[in-house]
Amino acid sequence: MPSIGSAMDLTSIVFYVFAALLIFAALRVITARNPVHAVLYLVLAFFNAGGLWLTLQAEFLAIALVMVYVGAVMVLFLFVIMMLDIDIKRLRQGFWRNMPLAAILGIVMVAEMFLVLSTDYFSLVAFPDSKADAGYSNTKELGRLLFTDYVYPFELASIILLVAIIAAVVLTLRRRKDVKHLDPVQQIAVKHTDRLRVLQMPAEKEGE
Amino acid sequence: MITLSHYLILAAILFTIGVVGIFLNRRNLIVLLMAIELMLLAVNMNFVAFSHYLNDLSGQLFVFFILTVAAAESGIGLAILVVLFRNLSTIDVDKLDGLKG
Repeated sequence: MPSIGSAMDLTSIVFYVFAALLIFAALRVITARNPVHAVLYLVLAFFNAGGLWLTLQAEFLAIALVMVYVGAVMVLFLFVIMMLDIDIKRLRQGFWRNMPLAAILGIVMVAEMFLVLSTDYFSLVAFPDSKADAGYSNTKELGRLLFTDYVYPFELASIILLVAIIAAVVLTLRRRKDVKHLDPVQQIAVKHTDRLRVLQMPAEKEGE
Repeated sequence: MITLSHYLILAAILFTIGVVGIFLNRRNLIVLLMAIELMLLAVNMNFVAFSHYLNDLSGQLFVFFILTVAAAESGIGLAILVVLFRNLSTIDVDKLDGLKG
């Protein structure tokens, strides 16, 4: 019979394991020499973030993060990186020159945020841990909110995606000179006189 | 016992890693985009944590919309990257001085 205490310990263990892996993966993303490795570590980071969101009972977003981000956006990143022929050596110039400043800045930022965020304002007294009921469905509740209170932002989000699709296609579209292609405008505007030409010829007698 | 502070500090560390990544990889446009993704992930982590501890689903809906906008942003960013590489044969940010700004 597991007691409440051991269950809480399990949550803590899961949190610390996922958090440690997440930070490790994030550090490797920004330090990896090969961009392909950086993308793969970013995939690992997203997976661990998804796991942490599961412990926060945000099931729909955790799955959406893995499916949309790892399944679509990261594959897009990989696709683009493998398509381009990148000179890594030249892009790494100045990496270690910026390191001291970046490290100092990072340590200061983390220390400040730690001092602010580790106060009692964010303790369990101020923000108690909420437990969902047994029959609670995160996806259902999110859907209910999305199609009632947030239906207007939802429509806006779809328009943003449409704009992004059109922008990406227009940006990367190019007309190649050496490929033959049809012009639909000219095809539609064609008249029957363009297709058939009636010639007037003098009649000829057979056998001459 | 895991409190809200734990998640907020984790998100702060993640965000800082993103900022440091922008400092370190000033030339590599692809890693810059990935550092931005890390920072967005940190913001989303904050939203989800607050949503859980305040027992309010609005935070998760904000994450939903941030994911949408982030996907659009990285899609267009990568399209610009491809056009850039086609024109300059490099993705070095220092070479982006055509406007002499």
